[in-house]
Amino acid sequence: MKKNKTECSSLSFSDTIFKSISIISVCLTFIIVTGIFVQLVWNSRESIEKFGFSFLFTQQWNPVTSVFGAASSIYGTLATTVIAMAIAVPLSILVALFLSELAHPLISKFVGICIELLAAIPSIIYGMWGLFVFAPVMSKTLQPFLQKNFGFLKIFNGHKIGIGVLTAGIILAVMVLPFITSVVCDVFKMVPNVLKESAYGMGSTTWEVTHKVTIRYGLSSIVGACFLGLGRALGETMAVTFVIGNRHKISASLFDAGNTIASTLANEFAEASEPLYLSSLIELGLVLFVLTFIMQVLAQFWLAKMKKSFGGGL
Amino acid sequence: MNKPVKEQQHRQLNLKQKKIKIAVNGLNFFYGKHQVLFDNSIEIYSNTVLAIIGPSGCGKSTHIRVYNRIFQMYRDQRAYGEIIIDGENILLPSYNLIGLRKKVGMIFQKPTPFPMTIFDNVAYGLKLHYKLSKTELHEKVRTALDKAALLSEVENKLDAPALSLSGGQQQRLCIARAIAIEPEILLMDEPTSAIDPIATAKIEELIEILKKNYTIVIVTHNMQQAARIADYTAFFYQGYIVEIGKTKQLFQNPEKKQTEDYITGRFG
Amino acid sequence: MRLRPMYARQIVDMSVKLISVLSSLIGICVLVLIIYEVIARGIAACSLSFFTELPAPPGMGEGGVANAIIGTLIITVLASLIGVPVGLLAGIFLAEFGKDTKFSEVTIFILNVIIGIPSIIIGLFVYTVLVKPFGSFSGYAGAVALAIIMLPVIARTAQDMLLLVPNSLRESAFALGMPYWRVILSVVFRYARSGLTTAILLAIARVSGETAPLLFTALNSQYWIESLTQPTANLTVTIYNYAISPYTDWQQIAWGASLLIMIGVLTVNIFARLVFKPKFR
Repeated sequence: MKKNKTECSSLSFSDTIFKSISIISVCLTFIIVTGIFVQLVWNSRESIEKFGFSFLFTQQWNPVTSVFGAASSIYGTLATTVIAMAIAVPLSILVALFLSELAHPLISKFVGICIELLAAIPSIIYGMWGLFVFAPVMSKTLQPFLQKNFGFLKIFNGHKIGIGVLTAGIILAVMVLPFITSVVCDVFKMVPNVLKESAYGMGSTTWEVTHKVTIRYGLSSIVGACFLGLGRALGETMAVTFVIGNRHKISASLFDAGNTIASTLANEFAEASEPLYLSSLIELGLVLFVLTFIMQVLAQFWLAKMKKSFGGGL
Repeated sequence: MNKPVKEQQHRQLNLKQKKIKIAVNGLNFFYGKHQVLFDNSIEIYSNTVLAIIGPSGCGKSTHIRVYNRIFQMYRDQRAYGEIIIDGENILLPSYNLIGLRKKVGMIFQKPTPFPMTIFDNVAYGLKLHYKLSKTELHEKVRTALDKAALLSEVENKLDAPALSLSGGQQQRLCIARAIAIEPEILLMDEPTSAIDPIATAKIEELIEILKKNYTIVIVTHNMQQAARIADYTAFFYQGYIVEIGKTKQLFQNPEKKQTEDYITGRFG
Repeated sequence: MRLRPMYARQIVDMSVKLISVLSSLIGICVLVLIIYEVIARGIAACSLSFFTELPAPPGMGEGGVANAIIGTLIITVLASLIGVPVGLLAGIFLAEFGKDTKFSEVTIFILNVIIGIPSIIIGLFVYTVLVKPFGSFSGYAGAVALAIIMLPVIARTAQDMLLLVPNSLRESAFALGMPYWRVILSVVFRYARSGLTTAILLAIARVSGETAPLLFTALNSQYWIESLTQPTANLTVTIYNYAISPYTDWQQIAWGASLLIMIGVLTVNIFARLVFKPKFR
């Protein structure tokens, strides 16, 4: 390693050029991040000036009267994300448990690849599948079931049309699942065998070892993974746009159509002829950018901190 | 249960100690296709300490890892033969694993505190196996810590993370955790090899006391330790039990040449 | 002390195991179902004209997505031409020149953050920089958007791969009197080749299926591509437009296009995983 450093200090002319180019490439990333922020703010200035902070809390979104508010999009984004995480996190842990503890190595490898391929499928295909295949199934099975048994809850009472916030959340869950699963699986494999042995040695069942010792051991990394999954779910566009129904209204029922920031952008961008309309859409993008940026920064800090404190190991 | 004792030397023992707690008959063990234990047979009496010695890689750890079937965590490890504990063959698939491991506690080479508080570590097994009220639980935890001679050192910081303890304390915590659920047998796999001499002395003292209530099988590479604490000693070599006998006899007057070579330091 | 009944604990354990197996099955089932549906519905669209003709108006029957296939290929290739070298260079900086410096630590942080930024935001950004000022959607803008999405992914994985190359290899190359850039390009890269190839292939596969960033940049078009300064036809936006249209023959085309994209992306993914033989680890 030291050798590297000394070589660096005595770079020849050609090396200096090469190094400069690589530094420029790195700087590009900084330019991009600041560029995104500056450009989004600059291009949404009209809407920011006109609506101020009320933009965030206004539910109305009316291109005809030129009143724009992000509340329903923000609500939809958060609602779908919460549903997605509520499904994906436990499911990921269970799948990871299967992959790392229960399955025969060969089966585990095969299933692992399948789960990874789930992440590789483009989101637009999730959208197509969600709209044409999954939504009809939803309206015939899960929605009637939920309404029949849990209909007293407002969130499960509404029009059983298949598309809506709940469907979008479920599709998102499938899309986030592989990301969380792979991290949780790594965590499970990182837990020292002696620790598991001593837990099993006390007469614990597999499940008792997992949720009392293994998950606790890797809790920080799992939380970090959830943050990353959360970021994905917040910004996912195409899959959601297809199945959420695109309606600017906050509805108590999860069966009803709604929208998310990303779906509004995808859906209405082509129609935005008015400058104020366009700038409101870009401000929506700004909100999403800030939201995911904060999420990412938190996740990165958290993971970095945990890495350090785990450095000593057990 | 009261099988005739094979070897003459056990005759002098009093009646209570003659009770056989563990009887191993023809135990063979495989890692995949590789056999590491050959036809091990051994009888262990209640409330005694059996030390297992032998050069590293001779299968002594593997041997005791069969007693609580912990080896079953790993897919490619298999054991054949029979191990009778209290009259039942624990190697039968029908034998309840949870019950077995409640009865047979294990202490590992390195301290393995769980990533939780000191209190929770000891309470872990209790909560698994028993329905206890808060006060009962508290009492049980304190009793266990006391039995492990750790209570006085941690009394004021039961809510501190277990990892904040020193290595020796961690190992005693693991002993407390194991005896909290009131096992009958304690397996110790080189419990002092990762610990400083003072802490080691404490644990040896502890073993001396614990043997009143438990049957203890301890694997050690330290022959002095075996000589100090064990009633019986078994010498393992390359997966075979070469010799087993009363500790004093085995060390002072070994029957087999291999044993003699090992304890006089001529090999290994 | 009252014992907790063992069978109850074992029943809980068995149920969790069962649910765990079921969850994994659900994962596989979803994958199989998606692949099955896309193939079953998409295969019908795959006629000769599908690959050779321009889109037809609804109800006119035979039409194709030839222009979109070409467009997607061009945009992806162009994006790779920009994104791969820049990403690799950034990776080189992180793993070689700037290794263990505060600056590269910050860069890694920023790169991880960019990886997490939704692709639609990248599209919006490129729209404000390359579309709005020039007054027209363009294939170039689409390629740039995809390149920005590729860049951090390639940079980070390249860094990881280069760090796995043993230092002794670099040292012996230096000992031959090679300049650093040649050491990197000819020795280090060669050693990390399979890992880098996998990383690049996966990144390309990922962006080739992106839709959201193209909505604001390349848009779409019904015509053959004459210039990349114009809105450029591409498969994913075509799928989007056709799928939400009320015409069944257009929806049919959308399924066909989905099948193409899916086959492409999954093939590259599986191929990349087969190619990569982890020799270090």
